[in-house]
Amino acid sequence: MKYKDYYSVLGVDRSATTEAIKKAYRKLAHKYHPDVSKDPQGEEKFKEVAEAYETLKNPEKRAAYDQLGRHQPGQDFQPPPGWGEQHGDAQFSFDEADLADLFAGLSGGRHAGGHIRMPGQDYDVATTISLMDAYQGTEVELNLGLPEPDAQGRLHRVPRKLKVRIPKGATDGQRLRLAGRGGKGLNGGRDGDLYLTITLQAHPLFRVSGHDLYLDLPLAPWEAVLGASIDVPTLAGPVRLKVPPNSPAGRKLRLSGRGLPRPHGKEGDLFIITQIVVPETATDAERGLYEQLAKDSTFNPRAHLQKEMNHAA
Amino acid sequence: MPPEHAEAVWLTGDSVFSLAELAEISGLPESELRELIDYGAVTPIDPESSPWMFNGKCLLTVRTACRLRISFDLEPHSVALMISLLEQIQDLEGQVRDLRARQPEQR
Repeated sequence: MKYKDYYSVLGVDRSATTEAIKKAYRKLAHKYHPDVSKDPQGEEKFKEVAEAYETLKNPEKRAAYDQLGRHQPGQDFQPPPGWGEQHGDAQFSFDEADLADLFAGLSGGRHAGGHIRMPGQDYDVATTISLMDAYQGTEVELNLGLPEPDAQGRLHRVPRKLKVRIPKGATDGQRLRLAGRGGKGLNGGRDGDLYLTITLQAHPLFRVSGHDLYLDLPLAPWEAVLGASIDVPTLAGPVRLKVPPNSPAGRKLRLSGRGLPRPHGKEGDLFIITQIVVPETATDAERGLYEQLAKDSTFNPRAHLQKEMNHAA
Repeated sequence: MPPEHAEAVWLTGDSVFSLAELAEISGLPESELRELIDYGAVTPIDPESSPWMFNGKCLLTVRTACRLRISFDLEPHSVALMISLLEQIQDLEGQVRDLRARQPEQR
């Protein structure tokens, strides 16, 4: 079994009072709790902090932990002779167990394998899928290591492979529940659940907002003025889009139902946003045409600014 | 080891849970759940109907409430306040995401 230094995780002295341990835990919980922290490593750090506090806040568990002696974090160690009998778990397999599972199995000094019905633990896992997978639906394979009790109620971490069908309709941040796929319940308690959070990979062309998609459509200045029929990509394949004449930059054209499907409803939309782009360099012929246009056109794009300046003068 | 196949259910407005189911799944006692409803942190689909039913998003809220309750040792009133502030943050983050998606990229 690998040693974890719960005191150093909480940043407290080994002689710290329960009150000081609680204070240190609260400070770290504010910093790393996944519901309030923006730290990408927050969840992992919070798990370590919560595991340490769970043992050290309970005087009996803390005494049992202290009796394990001091070791380097991560170092393999064996509890002293008689430790198991003293803390109600004579046959615990120390080689394969995790320290957290060992202390989770001790309920205030008594082993949890009694007759109290205990529900299994819920687990949260995240998976990243592509936009196309969200559009079509996909299957992901999860590799989990969940603690499961043996016949005596002792917890062992068991590797499990789970194939999960993600129905079409996912979007960024959406959650799925896999009932009964979390930790096993004890003494007839219900099995915990597994919660899956979907993250969408950024797509090089489409931006996602809920189930709607956004695509920038660059137009040449003459296409914006004259209008154009342009093939645009969608997740279902290209479609021909009619850009109306005199389309300014930033105009939103809606392709209804071409966004992401919803789990039980109407598909999202694809919004095409027009952009007007100019060539980095114009040929002499192009330049000549623009000069002719500049001479002939009466269009003043800054009329409103001129009005304001005249008013101020 | 061949993988097991598991059925997943979306937690959206379409999945429905009773009060007892919410309490059982989240691990939060029904009495505290009722307090969260009183404080407006969790709202039944139709507060006037009986028995109360809740959508899948409520399950996520109640799970968050349960985590906050245990992790910070909070009273239901404080949990409700935190839930309301967290939801405001999520709404604002959602609005920022939407605005970013609508904003053409600089070329």
